[in-house]
Amino acid sequence: MRRVSSPVIEARAVRRDFGDEPVLHGVSLALDEGQTLVVFGPNGAGKSTLLRMLATLLRPTAGRLTVFGADLPRQAFKARGRIGYLGHEPLLYRDLTLAEALRFHADLHQLAGADGRIDELLEAAGLERRRDQLVRTLSAGQLQRAAICRCVLHHPDLLLLDEPGSHLDPAGLKAIDPLIGPTRKTARVIVTHDVEGGLAAADRVLVLDAQGGVAYQGPAAGIGLEEARSAYAGTSR
Amino acid sequence: MSAFRTILFKDLRVELRTLQSLPAMALFAVTTFVIFRFGLDRTDLEGSLAAGVLLVTILFAALLAINRLFVAERDEGGFDAIRLAPIDPAQLFLAKVVALFIYLLALEVIALPVFAVFFGTEAAALPSVLAVLALVNLGLAATGVLVSTIGANSRARDLLTPLVLLPLIVPLMIAAAGAADPLLAAGGPSLSDAGKWMASLALYDLVFLLVGYAVYEFLLED
Repeated sequence: MRRVSSPVIEARAVRRDFGDEPVLHGVSLALDEGQTLVVFGPNGAGKSTLLRMLATLLRPTAGRLTVFGADLPRQAFKARGRIGYLGHEPLLYRDLTLAEALRFHADLHQLAGADGRIDELLEAAGLERRRDQLVRTLSAGQLQRAAICRCVLHHPDLLLLDEPGSHLDPAGLKAIDPLIGPTRKTARVIVTHDVEGGLAAADRVLVLDAQGGVAYQGPAAGIGLEEARSAYAGTSR
Repeated sequence: MSAFRTILFKDLRVELRTLQSLPAMALFAVTTFVIFRFGLDRTDLEGSLAAGVLLVTILFAALLAINRLFVAERDEGGFDAIRLAPIDPAQLFLAKVVALFIYLLALEVIALPVFAVFFGTEAAALPSVLAVLALVNLGLAATGVLVSTIGANSRARDLLTPLVLLPLIVPLMIAAAGAADPLLAAGGPSLSDAGKWMASLALYDLVFLLVGYAVYEFLLED
């Protein structure tokens, strides 16, 4: 029997404006541990904005948003440290070596056994030969893999992944899969343009329309591939 | 390692590796002394004029570092990285204050002897002038980090930082000039006259350190 626990993420009528312009509105959802929410939507639909709000980096303009029971933004400090966020930027200082940059994050998160963890991740991501290379000299694909190492370094309970496969070749995709793949404990929110792959990975799906509204929100089983594609393309459900 | 030490060591490591701030500050200071030396056509300066030349030069050299202080945090996602970590944001404030203080002290270790050679300052005055400059550095660092953080996410940051910072540090500069004037006076330094101004400098430093520590979390929020 499934243990009843409070959801990792709970959103009720969340809205975010930039100036007077609403970029995201009417988002209500819940996500439990071990579940994966996949977010689809055209460019400018507010997918990255949603991810940044969940990461405690942006505050909602209206509505209620909790992560690990912490009311955002007021109790953001309670959730920080349990979140692994992969955005458009790798969040790695370019004038540090890869190992130094990861060590910087490990120290911020007061990670015990940081050196061992860094070695383990660099090996898993196929970057062990790059550990003493300056971050600024890495290729886009290497940088994406390094950013994923940074994102999972501190064993987060919630992964927020914005296009995790971008810049990666098939070997790179295969290398990162064990790092950000589903686990029994970790909840994941994945923003992707890969509708087929996203649906296959999802327990729940959120489709945003071009105006930042919700076109579909519910279990992955409740939406078919063609439906998801048409909702993604802007046809409201 | 504490977040304070982590951020501070990162900043110092990057500066030592890239030399983006210190050489520019030192070059600016030495060039400014050359301009004053020939512009004023004087081989020796004392009292308030000497204090003015020294302090204005240090102030504008400091602006170079203050403008660059958060470039990496802004352009390389450092603000996000630090906000994602379970740390008190005031640790970032303190680490940046100490980093800027160290840059300014390193600048003065280079610039002060050059100033003394160009303008005939007595060697006996230099340690006490350096003590005044240390207090100036602390005030400049505290206000500089606050203003630089505010400006970091603005498109007009290059204008905003000096425009907001300069009025804020007028009291600091008045007190610094008051403290440095008797130390650079003709006939040797007079420590007794500098005391009350140094106390004013220390008070300014304390106020801005406390204000920065108290409000920094709100400056970092969205």
